[in-house]
This record gives sequence, C-alpha cells and structure tokens, in this order.
Amino acid sequence: MNNLILSNSLRFIGLVLLQVIILNRINLFGHLNPLVYIVWVFLFPIKKEKSLFLLASFLLGLTIDFFSDSGGINAAATLFIAFIRLPILKAILRKSDFDYYLFNLRAISFDKILLYITTLTVIHHFIVFSLEYFSFNAFTTIVSNAILTSVFTIILSILGILFFVKKK
Amino acid sequence: MQQLIYFIKKFRYFLLFVLLETLAIIFTIQHHTYHTSKFVNSANSISGGIYNKMNSINEFFLLKTENKLLIEENIRLKNLLEQKIESKNVELFSVNDSIKYFQEYEYSLAKIINNNFTKRNNILTINKGTKQGLTTDLGVINSNGIVGVIESISTNFSTVISILNENSNINVRLKKSSHFGTLTWNGESYTTTQLNDIPRQAIIMVGDTLITGGKSAIFPEGINIGIIKDFNFENNQYKQINVSLFNDMSSINHVQIVKNLLKHEQRSLEQHTINE
Repeated sequence: MNNLILSNSLRFIGLVLLQVIILNRINLFGHLNPLVYIVWVFLFPIKKEKSLFLLASFLLGLTIDFFSDSGGINAAATLFIAFIRLPILKAILRKSDFDYYLFNLRAISFDKILLYITTLTVIHHFIVFSLEYFSFNAFTTIVSNAILTSVFTIILSILGILFFVKKK
Repeated sequence: MQQLIYFIKKFRYFLLFVLLETLAIIFTIQHHTYHTSKFVNSANSISGGIYNKMNSINEFFLLKTENKLLIEENIRLKNLLEQKIESKNVELFSVNDSIKYFQEYEYSLAKIINNNFTKRNNILTINKGTKQGLTTDLGVINSNGIVGVIESISTNFSTVISILNENSNINVRLKKSSHFGTLTWNGESYTTTQLNDIPRQAIIMVGDTLITGGKSAIFPEGINIGIIKDFNFENNQYKQINVSLFNDMSSINHVQIVKNLLKHEQRSLEQHTINE
C-alpha cells in the first residue's frame, strides 16, 4: 500500500519534470510537443477511493499549467480524462465488475491497451487545444493539432509503458 | 436536510469533478483575459528556479551565437558613434552641463529563462522581478526589436506577454511616414505578425520598415520591428498586412527592460484631461 503511494508520487514528479524540461521543448515540425505526462493517469491503480485520484489528476494538470503559463487548460483536460477513465476501461474490457486490486496494464492484451490509451489521449488533446485557441474560427487548426500531437504522444506513451512498466 | 446529505453523499464524486472542472475553466478564462490578477503563472520560485537552472545549462551551448549577436550590435553602435563625431564640431561641445541631460527611458538587463513561440498565446519568463526594481507594464526589447510587455511579477521573476500572443497590441508606425497602426499576431507563424488599423490613405509597399510608434508610454519611439512581407488591398482598404520580424523569436536570450521614467506624469495628465 505504502509502496503504491511512493511509486505514484515519484512517477508524478518524474513525469512533470520530463514534460517541462524536455518534452515541452521538442517542437517537432516546428510546433508539435507531446503531452506524455498523462501516462500517470493511465497507470494509476484502480481503487474504490476515486476522489483522491480526481484531486491528484487536477493537481497534475495544474502543475503543468504553472510551468507553461497556460491558465487551467491542462488541469481541465486531465481532470476530465481522469473522470471518464473508469467507464471507458469498463467498456473496452467488457466486464461489469473486474478485479480492482489486480489491475495491471501489461496484463491486458495489446490492442485493448492501444484502444484505451488512444481514446483518452485524443479526448485530452482535443480539450487542451480547444481551450488554448478558444475560438470556433480555429476549428481546423484545433483538430489538426490535436490529432498530430496525439499520434506523437501515443507512440511515446506506449514505448514508455513497454519499457518501464514491469510485466507481472 | 437528510435527503440533501444523502444526495451529496451519493453524488460526491461527480460533485467534486464539477467543482474542480469549474475551477480549471475559471483559470482558463482568466488566462484569456488581459490584465486580470492571475494565480497560475510561472513567475513563482519553484518553476522560476527550475527554469533558471535549466537556462544556465542551455546558456553554455549558446555562447557562440550570443557572442556573435553582441559583436554585431557593438559594430552597429560604433558606426553610429563615428557618424555623430563627424557631423558635429567636437570643440564646441566640450562643456558638460548636467542640466542639459534629460533622461526619459532607463534600460536594464534581464535573461529569458523560459521561451515559448509555438503556442497560440506565448508567455515568456525572465529572471528579474520586484527585487531588481521592475514593475508591470514595462517593455521588453533586444537588439533586433521588441519582445513583449511584462505582465505578472514576483520577487525574483516576471512573466512577459510575447508579441506572439493574441492579447498583444503594440503601437507601430511606418518609418517613412507617420501613419500608425497596431501590431497583432494571428497564431500561424512565429516569424510573421500582422499590422492592423492602418489608415487607407497611407501608402505602403512590400519591404517598408516598421518601427515602434512611441504612442503607448511603454516603448520608446523608433525601435525596429520588421518589414512588410505582403498585403491585400481590397475595397479601398488594407486587409491582412503581414510583417516579417527582424527578431528571431525562437532564439532570444538576453533582453533589455525599458522603463519610461515619465510614464506617471503622462498618464496622470491624460487622465486629468479625460476627467475634465
């Protein structure tokens, strides 16, 4: 239990530093920066105590906002995917009540992980870019930015999960 | 009452979500509104400190380009100095009367420790704050042109609204005539900004130089900004004048802060006139 709290806190700090020090400066093709910090939301263990998870996700987004001077954009998007994570996971795994304590992302088949990560990433990025541009005129820019950045984020997140998350 | 408590208990997860989401949206809306007191910015000691550390590492790799820029500016200034000496008779100006000197602007040095240029609304962080005598609404320039205006400020750091931001409106004028307009950014390319509100009787050509207009009490007049890249002239009106900047906003490091020493006098006089 304590081990879980420690590992999640370390992952929180590590991902924030990775995001603000390295990933926010990549500027692939001039403007693409992957938002890999949301891997924290994907990997958080599924528990009954969901309020703590919501608060922590909000805090994660807000920390990124503090560093990138973006108001509450990342906080809003991260909180939203944290809220819809459980329903989406349930829909993908097609189980009404799966074992909460034994949840491990690597135990699920690869295509289901991909679907899970893609859905949440696309939703997150769409919210981030809509709030950043904040105008209907920029709709095409928002969609293209969200999709291109999502591809980048998904590739990096999956590689990261495959390399750094232990298989049980 | 019983039912209310039951309701809150039942939906507490959802209510918490709604509460936090509202908070995040409020921060976002504040972020899109210019000049409101902001809570979320990188001018705090934690993020400012981390950016400062990172910058000292990055700076080492940029020494070469930075040196080159300094030499270029030195050469430009030396040439200006030479021109002055030639044009004036030096012997007549040998007495230095301190009353004759009148300083309107004061410059100080700062370093950009967090640069953004790819987002829709770009905000930079610099390593000087109230401790070094800065206030909000000071202009930030470098040797190639203007960079932005200081918005939030803390003890040791400040955030700067870059000219690559939708809230940035800077008074500029044509170098060859006195017609002035406003410089804005449409969010597309970081090398190009847009010139608006230029009167239709102004004659502009591709390649005309733009300088700061000096009508805003923030920037002194005559700082180079860029040249006109292209424009449309429809229905007797200028539409979409693109300006390519002299400044490469993707590689700025050392900047100068401009403080207008007469700003209060000018502002209070203007206020006084409006009130009458």
